[in-house]
Amino acid sequence: MRATLKLVETLFLLFSYSLAQADETLLINGAGATFPYPLYSKWFHEYTQVDPTVRINYQSIGSGGGIRQLLDKTVDFGASDAPMEDQELKKSTVPILHIPTVLGAVVLAYNLPGVQEALQLTPDVTADIFLGKIKKWNDSRLMQPSKTLRLPELPIMVVQRSDGSGTTGVFTDYLSKVSADWKDKVGNGKSVKWPTGIGGKGNEGVAGIIKQTPGAIGYLELVYAEQNKLPIAAVQNAAKVFVQASPKSITEAANIGTLPSDFRVPITHSPNKEAYPISAFTYLLVYQNMPTLKGEKIVKFLNWAIDERGGQTYAESLLYAKLPTDLIKQVKDKINTITTRAEQKNSSAK
Amino acid sequence: MRNKKTARQNNLLHFNDTLFQWSLRILGIGVISVLALLIFQLILLSLPTFKAMGWTFFTSHDWDPVKENYGVLSFAYGTVMSSMVALIIACPISIATALFLVEVAPKKIAALIGFLVEMLAAIPSVIYGLWGIFVLAPLLRNTVEPFLAKHLGALPFFQGPPYGIGMLAGGIILAIMITPTITAICKEIFSKIPLQEREAALALGSTRWEMMRIAVLRSSVSGMIGATILGLGRALGETMAVTMVIGNRANISLSLFEPAQTMASVIANEYSEATGDLHLSALAAIGLVLFVISLLTSSLARALVWRIERHPRS
Repeated sequence: MRATLKLVETLFLLFSYSLAQADETLLINGAGATFPYPLYSKWFHEYTQVDPTVRINYQSIGSGGGIRQLLDKTVDFGASDAPMEDQELKKSTVPILHIPTVLGAVVLAYNLPGVQEALQLTPDVTADIFLGKIKKWNDSRLMQPSKTLRLPELPIMVVQRSDGSGTTGVFTDYLSKVSADWKDKVGNGKSVKWPTGIGGKGNEGVAGIIKQTPGAIGYLELVYAEQNKLPIAAVQNAAKVFVQASPKSITEAANIGTLPSDFRVPITHSPNKEAYPISAFTYLLVYQNMPTLKGEKIVKFLNWAIDERGGQTYAESLLYAKLPTDLIKQVKDKINTITTRAEQKNSSAK
Repeated sequence: MRNKKTARQNNLLHFNDTLFQWSLRILGIGVISVLALLIFQLILLSLPTFKAMGWTFFTSHDWDPVKENYGVLSFAYGTVMSSMVALIIACPISIATALFLVEVAPKKIAALIGFLVEMLAAIPSVIYGLWGIFVLAPLLRNTVEPFLAKHLGALPFFQGPPYGIGMLAGGIILAIMITPTITAICKEIFSKIPLQEREAALALGSTRWEMMRIAVLRSSVSGMIGATILGLGRALGETMAVTMVIGNRANISLSLFEPAQTMASVIANEYSEATGDLHLSALAAIGLVLFVISLLTSSLARALVWRIERHPRS
């Protein structure tokens, strides 16, 4: 009995404490992509030291869910790996901005026992593997780029993401750009109809299947390939150079001069000759016009997040790629176009 | 004075009764209205799909979110087939286990084994899934599937390259997951059979096995069917573990080595990232079909059980 009382008392104290906290700090709610979640949670934690009056709450429910919640206006910001489509933007009653925060890459990982030399993949070979046209590893087209590479006579098992994902979106966008056949037969999207192979759930599912299956090849986010110590193929970019994915080569993919003002542009198959070709932005999605108090805080946070001495310093240790310096200026100009409006009574802000 | 008091007490009693009756009624109606609301919402959400796809939604095995073609057939096949594989594996094992626990094993060992079997039900399905990827799939790929292909390769069920991941892996995982359910219920049923019946069988000169067959198994048929259907219910709806090992490809193939996909797993896979209206609606429509299939199987099971109960041993 006494223990129960004590527990109730503690809970009550905790509760009132959190209430008191809530009075002082402004709570900002966001939801969306899972890919940048490790970095974002680091950012939101670090940011409490930059601005103790703000607490940011982020739910990593997936890009699609983030976009839906943003359209329903149940969150203050959304997050997505793929830019919103025109059709989705039309559904919104208010203008929405895309703020690129960092870059990530989709890599091709494989399991070939006894093969030490890194695989080198040209765009058309990659497309033909995933179309099911190249069926064996010792196909001459696979060994062509390197003179010393010898591959075993193993059937190729293609592994994809079975769940709808930005990763699939980026990868199929790349394949649609480099292969007319792919564009025609499959197309691009977060869920597509795969011509061959088997599907694993999530990056960890794909990594697990590749790790367990000799002869497997699949696409997944760089972080997961590194964590599982899977070998990664060098991919030939638009300038015909074979490039390995690294934070630097991914950043280079976006280093292509001035981007369209809404940043809604896939940077796959980048023309930059140092670029890793299957790279993509991840975005925070915010309303163009926000209530004064929240709006000012969000603008301040966004400016910190993309600043080279702010949020960007945390990127590389977590295997994300920083935004290129030239682009940061362009994005900051965009952030400063956010306008605020006087708050209405009974608005959701405290 | 005394009379008045009793009347008041009576009134109070009466009031309590009414209160109780009404609260039960409201709770009961609540359960049914949740069900009704669920059906209503599912139909409402899936209407755009039926309008856009018509009957082809049920007859097409094409599922292409890019070109917006949606057909449920391959997922329905995946769900039904994986559940069947699970039942074929799990039923004999569960019934034999229950029989062993009730009829053969010494009490202490029976209690221990019974406890262990029930523990299987407490393992989260994501753990089953991970076990499936890291232990079961390599085992199937390297040992079981090549063996099956070599000796039973003439059958359409065991053809094609052994991936490990696929319909067979999904079915086996499901079988392990439904075994505790079926075993527990069968155990209950077998232990309810009066001792006299067993003694009678033995007195007539039956061996132990004949006694089990005549006295125990034969009089438990309806109960065993009921247990199987409960297992089937779990298999139809199981999502996470199956999704992790079945290979997730909209594919209709008799071969158990091939990847497949179930209705529950396609919903789990695609719902969170689906943004197109028709895509979302098609996923809801799959939910509706899954709901109807579950409803049909459990009604069928009910009917079977009733029939057998009404005409025992006919």
